[in-house]
Amino acid sequence: MTDPALPALVALLLPAGAFLLLAVVAPLRRSGRPAAYLSVLFAAGALAAAIASLRVTSTSGGYSAWLWPWIPTEAGPLTSVGVLADGDSALMLVLVALVSFLVQMYSLGYLSDEPAPSLGRYYTYQSLFAFSMMGLVLAPNFVQLFIFWELVGLCSYLLIGYWYPRPEAARAAVKAFWITKAGDVGFLIGIVLLWRQAGTFDFLELLNMTDTGVMPLAGLGVITFCIYLGASGKSAQFPFHVWLPDAMEGPTPVSALIHAATMVTAGVYLLTRTVWLFRLTPDVMQVIAWNGAFTALLAAVLACVQTDIKRVLAYSTVSQLGYMMAAIGAGFASAGFLHLLTHGIFKALLFLGAGAVIHAVGTNDIFQMGGLGRKMPQTAIVFVVGTLSLAGMPFFGGFFSKEEILGATLAGGFPGPFAMLLLGAFLTAFYMFRVVFITFAGAPADAHGHEQHHAHDAPLSMALPLWILAVLSVGLGVLFAFWHPKAEFEELGWLTPSAVLVALAGIALAYLVYQRRVISADALARAFAPIRAAALRRFWLDDLFAFVYRGVMLTLSRLVGWIDRYLVDGILNVLSAWTLMAGDRLRHLQSGRAQDYVYGIALGVLLLMLWTRWPR
Amino acid sequence: MPLSAYLTLAAVLFAIGFFGVMTRRNTVGILLGIELMLNAVNINLVAFARYNADIVGMIFTAFTIPITVVEVALGLAIVILMFRMRRTVVADHLDILKG
Repeated sequence: MTDPALPALVALLLPAGAFLLLAVVAPLRRSGRPAAYLSVLFAAGALAAAIASLRVTSTSGGYSAWLWPWIPTEAGPLTSVGVLADGDSALMLVLVALVSFLVQMYSLGYLSDEPAPSLGRYYTYQSLFAFSMMGLVLAPNFVQLFIFWELVGLCSYLLIGYWYPRPEAARAAVKAFWITKAGDVGFLIGIVLLWRQAGTFDFLELLNMTDTGVMPLAGLGVITFCIYLGASGKSAQFPFHVWLPDAMEGPTPVSALIHAATMVTAGVYLLTRTVWLFRLTPDVMQVIAWNGAFTALLAAVLACVQTDIKRVLAYSTVSQLGYMMAAIGAGFASAGFLHLLTHGIFKALLFLGAGAVIHAVGTNDIFQMGGLGRKMPQTAIVFVVGTLSLAGMPFFGGFFSKEEILGATLAGGFPGPFAMLLLGAFLTAFYMFRVVFITFAGAPADAHGHEQHHAHDAPLSMALPLWILAVLSVGLGVLFAFWHPKAEFEELGWLTPSAVLVALAGIALAYLVYQRRVISADALARAFAPIRAAALRRFWLDDLFAFVYRGVMLTLSRLVGWIDRYLVDGILNVLSAWTLMAGDRLRHLQSGRAQDYVYGIALGVLLLMLWTRWPR
Repeated sequence: MPLSAYLTLAAVLFAIGFFGVMTRRNTVGILLGIELMLNAVNINLVAFARYNADIVGMIFTAFTIPITVVEVALGLAIVILMFRMRRTVVADHLDILKG
């Protein structure tokens, strides 16, 4: 096999087939377990196909595009559908297929208590998501990308609201949908403007135009900024990040798949894919870098005050997405993309580990856990592996890619964002080890009649994905320690020690505060009281969004409603009243007497004669 | 006699018939008025047939006379039925189609 597009297409169509089977054949869907096995089987097939595609692209190094023309117009087809398999998309495809397969397997154990129809629904959505995400990854043009972009958004909505009888879940689903849509409007405008400017949606043609320098530059900044709006909505960049922590209302495997490893990285992936376009607009790149670094720092601060284990991880995801964006904005998209891949692995691992803990103790609150390391040693080990990867320790997954990002911002000439990211790295190590020490080490929390007394490690279907991801995290870390992709910029010698030192300082602080309790957590809280108070209120951003949506939008809709009810309807009501009144008056012309009608006829004939015979 | 004499006769007859239709309060009277108008038309047809030496007008009249007879029979039957149901044949009182 020499064409990477063929296995990529197979990988794309397998989950689509699973979704169609489950969606159309209702008895199969309602059967629960068989539906789940079918979905997992198809996901495994997709993973195999994705790996086959990656093998071809990594050996040949080229790309392959299979396109079918779509939307015929008089001047030829407007766009096309198909797959564009190259190095980046094949790598991303493997990540999506891998995490999606592992998460589906994990869900077998995690959702084992769900009723059968509900489980079938879950796997239907999962298959749809896998299909949509792969379609997004392989999209050869902006139109297909946008369609799948919206499809993954829909899947996210459906899966966040999976437990829809709970009002928080339903609210979170709607919130996620609304806020990402706000960014997507910008994205759509950007795509249409780009089409007007360049006359095509196709990535390859656009790249060709950029390379040959025929891309018109006037107004391009607006276009790339609009596209960045869409990316920042999806990838939870400030100020659109508010939906991601709330999205944790969904089942934990969903958070691992959609809100950590794949969907939220779609924005980063989009920018990686079209970075040549963004390079033409340095102003927008500046915005991306600064906003990315700011998001990374803001979310890291927010993560430090959370008590819900999943929310800590959610803010951590926002923060890491900020890192990736900062690297792209600094002009080194490959660094951001590398971090996307490693982050996808270890963050999925962390979420699945958190899911195992939640599954065992039945709560999300870290202060109701404690001392779980002895009861669930396997989970503790893999969670610590994930944490070390996230903190950027040497020989763990996130080490090389994170350092690469720090180097990229410095090499791109952004010392400000570099400082923010370095501080963010310190906070990352601190808040992650805060969770580790509180949850797994220390004394068991004296919970009143809690079920954590018989907490134990997860069953095999849940443990196996955890171990696979943990091995991959360490494997990637070791691999990059000895062989790593050559950086696009000159590496600085002092960067590695300082990055490791900063992370170690964060770990040490967490150790001293939450393990040895040398420094009182209360004293720390008092020292940072204003920031802590602001962070607990989430820097009022959620309030701001609530105000915008509830205050401004509702006022506007009330106004529009008033206009519709009293102005538009009023005009129509007056018209209809007049019509009725006129009819009522004219009714009396119908006397019912035959002779009156004869008069009418005679008069009519007379008028007709006058009209035709009148001398002109 | 010149054609105009016949036409004048027909016009006078039509006017009388029309006047009857307009003014009679009795439904039978209205029917009579209609008959007069029809016959005025017949006179016109015959007069023009003679004047143009064209037999078609006469044939036409030969058809209209029996049809008129049938029409009168039908009209009178309706009047009788109306009288049975409403106990009146005065046109002004027959206004159940009033709007």
